[in-house]
Amino acid sequence: MNYVFAGMILIALVVGIVSGRWQEISNACLSEGQKAVELIISISGMICLWSGVMKIAERSGLNEKIAHLLWPLTGRVFKGLKKDGKALKAISMNMTANLLGLGNAATPLGIMAMKELYEEENCDGRATNRMVSFVVLNTASIQLIPLTSGALRMAAGSTAPFEILPAVWVSSLCSVVIGLFMAKLLGGKNPIEASGRGRK
Amino acid sequence: MQGFSALIVPLIFGGIILFGILRGVKVFEVFMEGAAEGLALLGKILPALIALLTAVGLFKISGALDLIVFALAPTADFLTVPKEVLPLGLMRPISGSGAMAIYTQILSEFGPDSFIGRVASVLEGSSETTFYTIAVYYGAVGIGKLRHTIPAALSADFTAMIVSVITVKLFLGG
Repeated sequence: MNYVFAGMILIALVVGIVSGRWQEISNACLSEGQKAVELIISISGMICLWSGVMKIAERSGLNEKIAHLLWPLTGRVFKGLKKDGKALKAISMNMTANLLGLGNAATPLGIMAMKELYEEENCDGRATNRMVSFVVLNTASIQLIPLTSGALRMAAGSTAPFEILPAVWVSSLCSVVIGLFMAKLLGGKNPIEASGRGRK
Repeated sequence: MQGFSALIVPLIFGGIILFGILRGVKVFEVFMEGAAEGLALLGKILPALIALLTAVGLFKISGALDLIVFALAPTADFLTVPKEVLPLGLMRPISGSGAMAIYTQILSEFGPDSFIGRVASVLEGSSETTFYTIAVYYGAVGIGKLRHTIPAALSADFTAMIVSVITVKLFLGG
């Protein structure tokens, strides 16, 4: 991030000076920060509203219900894990949190899931196939409501901020499917299992 | 399609509150708790956003962004992705705030309801910051060897970019 940030600014300054736009650059240095503040203020209504509603969902046990519904699916993706085991439970809860857009809840749950996967599988410091699948699942987001995207659309004056909903669902789904498929394809056998060592 | 989408948000909103009441949750207090957390989250994003909007803004104003878009145009055409959206597709796996900044810049330049704006919106909504997530999750258990994680994860991001264009054309008529 440090390099991206510094790089962008330095390149911008060089290009700007070379193309003679130093007045605009100078103005922008100060005005862009202001834009950021205005932006955050304009989306805070929707974000806080949604955080509030999602907290209600969390408290009322909706997470557990959905996680329960997801068990058959997670069971199939993570074949071989103990049915009622901690790993599968943590994975389901993490997926549910992601689904409901609860980034804050999803991350600790995800870490918990990783720890459980680490315990259940012998991995010798290398990522197991299931870990890869799990991480890929997390990096390819599936959210019921793409809150940030929608809120920013609203702030930009869209007449129908959430018209993109079906498109986002399809796009997320495709990216997850392809991601998991590639994970399975490139995974082959777990390195430990393949070499015949390990407690399995 | 459009009418249906407009209904989803209020339905989910109302549904969850109803579910909460039926489960005996103190919905108002819990709501405030959640909203406060949301506020804290925004407070955390603000410094990063200031930094990145400034960087991206400078990048755009200096003309450097246009140069990159121009250079990537053939690749974009090959992938049938609008070339203005390509920077977002490239930044998305790397940085969440950076992607947010580029996304904002696309929305303000092309409008959220244009084809480009919509594709950018779908892309932003259907992918996650890859490298950060990888770092956090593997770091937590001390795993160093990632094997095929990165190629698989990037394939997901890449798919999101391509499919975003297709779905916008399909559902929203381009």
